[in-house]
Amino acid sequence: MRHLVLSVCLMLLAAPLAAFDIEDHAVFGPENASRQVRVLSVADVDVFSPVIESFRAAHPDITVDYTVAASTAIMTAISGEQAPFDVVISSAMDLQTKLANDGFTQSFRSTATLSLPDWARWRDDLFAFTQEPAAIVLSRAAFAGHPLPETRQALITVLRQNPDLFRDRVGTYDLRSSGLGYLFATQDARTSEVYWRLTEVMGALGTRLYCCSSDMIDDVASGELAIAYNVLASYALSRADLTKVAIVLPEDFSTVMLRTALIPRNAPAPVLAGRFIDFLLTSSWTDADVPQSPLSVSSAVFLTNRDRFRRIRLGPELLVYLDGYKRDRFLEAWKDAVLQE
Amino acid sequence: MSAAPVQGSIRRRLLVQLLGGAMLLAVALFIIVQSLARQLAQDSQDNILTAAASAMLDTVAMQDGALQVDLPYAAFSMLSSLGNERVFYAVHAPSGLVTGYQDLVPIAGTGTRFDTRAFRGEDMRLITATRMLALEQGPLPVTVTLAQTRDGLSRTVDQIVAMAAALGTGFFLSVAVLAGLAARTSIGPILRLTESVERRGPQDLRPVTAPVPAEMAPLVGALNTFMDRLKISLQRSEEFIADAAHRVRTPLATVRTQAEITLRRVEKEENRASVREMIRAIDESSRAAGQLLDHAMVTFRTDHLEPETIDLGALCEDTVERLRPMADLRDIDLRVTLCARPTTSGDRILVQSALRNVLDNAIKYSQPESEVDVTLRARSGMAALEVRDRGIGFPAGGPEGLTGRFVRGANVEGVVGSGLGLTIAEEVARAHGGHLSAQNNEEGPGACVTLCFPSA
Repeated sequence: MRHLVLSVCLMLLAAPLAAFDIEDHAVFGPENASRQVRVLSVADVDVFSPVIESFRAAHPDITVDYTVAASTAIMTAISGEQAPFDVVISSAMDLQTKLANDGFTQSFRSTATLSLPDWARWRDDLFAFTQEPAAIVLSRAAFAGHPLPETRQALITVLRQNPDLFRDRVGTYDLRSSGLGYLFATQDARTSEVYWRLTEVMGALGTRLYCCSSDMIDDVASGELAIAYNVLASYALSRADLTKVAIVLPEDFSTVMLRTALIPRNAPAPVLAGRFIDFLLTSSWTDADVPQSPLSVSSAVFLTNRDRFRRIRLGPELLVYLDGYKRDRFLEAWKDAVLQE
Repeated sequence: MSAAPVQGSIRRRLLVQLLGGAMLLAVALFIIVQSLARQLAQDSQDNILTAAASAMLDTVAMQDGALQVDLPYAAFSMLSSLGNERVFYAVHAPSGLVTGYQDLVPIAGTGTRFDTRAFRGEDMRLITATRMLALEQGPLPVTVTLAQTRDGLSRTVDQIVAMAAALGTGFFLSVAVLAGLAARTSIGPILRLTESVERRGPQDLRPVTAPVPAEMAPLVGALNTFMDRLKISLQRSEEFIADAAHRVRTPLATVRTQAEITLRRVEKEENRASVREMIRAIDESSRAAGQLLDHAMVTFRTDHLEPETIDLGALCEDTVERLRPMADLRDIDLRVTLCARPTTSGDRILVQSALRNVLDNAIKYSQPESEVDVTLRARSGMAALEVRDRGIGFPAGGPEGLTGRFVRGANVEGVVGSGLGLTIAEEVARAHGGHLSAQNNEEGPGACVTLCFPSA
């Protein structure tokens, strides 16, 4: 991989490309190459670069142009600005589904896509290549002398019994700004009432709100946070340096997000896009049932704990919480619980 | 026999009608299954759309002076139960769009209404349902419009349609095979009747008695009546001939007597020769008349055969004895050899007549002072009466055709004959299920005629 040209450009350099908010941009391979696949993704460059580099190893003649943006920015870019990207990768299943449902994608069929199980594919437009559960990340230091809570109910109990220990040291997504946080929260609320009880308890302790999983993990690692709720386990597991944190996949239920890829309708290089998606699928679906990827938790976890995992289903029902009224209503309830102003 | 003029074919007509019917049925089957499948698919989609729309309408409420919609997750889960179909929704109040897709326009009309139309470039099924929201200032109509793609349903319907097409084709093919068989079967009795009529001998004018299908009964009835009339007409002409022969023979006898008397009186040699010639002609005529009578008798008796058991040996000896005086006149020795004593079942007078005619021929065409051998044999279920002479034999062309009526050999100049002898013999043999064979002797002059009858 050393021979590859890896250039990380500043946001400003890429800015003339688009009006939506770009967080990061990187080009793998020679710039301005004739064969170039433009990827728009929510995953950070350093999280995703191993995948791209192995793709480059398989297809050295294809340059990968990788742009990072928030899921809502991606929505704006594809449905609003018709930005020219070949592949869109996002963890926001609801927004991805909306793009596919509203006709902003083009269908793609290949041996790899057709071999996907039904739950990992919606029409011929959306393809899942990871399964990433939401975890509770705990600081081992903060829980010294307490058993690690394995369920939400146990977490509620611990929080209620030790309000002083946890005050201002609990973090979760700010649903108003994080698409993935909103998706996890709505699915949690759909699955069980315990979500609202937990949110109430967390709100009473002055929960801190975050935009991203990695910030929460950082703060738990540094000891600033004792508990981070609904953090992507994959991000936490990929950080091998973290010995001070415990990652708990709740036993009552763990919501599993599927990271999906799609090809926008106006993709400039749909053939290369198909190549890229095929690579994502074949490299992650080594086991027929469990996608493996640098981003997904190890298959062993899924094999031993099948019952607790609840995959979010791809389908038009994901449009429900994107509806303005529904979203307002949900966020209102959430604000009442969390902010308790 | 000349071929009958042909117009059309029952078998072809039957085939065309059956196949045409089958084709129509197959097409009808295909259309019915196809439209049923479409209808069912549409109905199931409509039912789900209706349920989802009414679930959505239930969540519309007025809160703090503003319309609120709380989209039910279950309604959309319901919609995705049909497969991976794209879904669009819009909630409208009289003031305009409340929530949902701006470009989804409600279907005009009242009540719950459906439509299939293109939306965002795809063929979609639409529903618009209305609910009256009861408010203080009066009822407020709120509509929910849902649009859903039909990809999965179309695929299912396509599969069913393909199956229906295969079913229709299979149906048609099996009917085609069955129609072929049916046509062949229904033509069968006609072919069998034709065959049985064709197989008959020229004299066989018996009615067809084998059972035939009801539809053919009138035809066979007409055929039988026709043959009956033909037979009567033939009988009449035979009777006429016999009558005529009889009436001619009696005066001829008188004429002959008178001619003989005249011969004695006539002195002049040339006149005597003339009268002799006259007597010879009279003899020929009277013999011909006799054989005509004989033939008429044979024809009549064969038609009304009353079989009895005949001892062929005795019959043979009896016949030979009757003809011996005639043979003696020419110094011909009639020798009878009975190698076996077989019996046969038949008409004694007919069999005797047959043998007499054959013997008569043998004596007539033999040289004076020669022998005629009559041998009775039994071989492989048949009784064979063999008459062998040392006469002139059959002409160079062989005996073929000599059994025809009034046909005489080319080498019989100067011998009185009518050409009916072998005809009679053969008709008798045939009538009894036997046959007549004739050939020249292999060694020496003369002919051999064999009459075969089945042994009883």
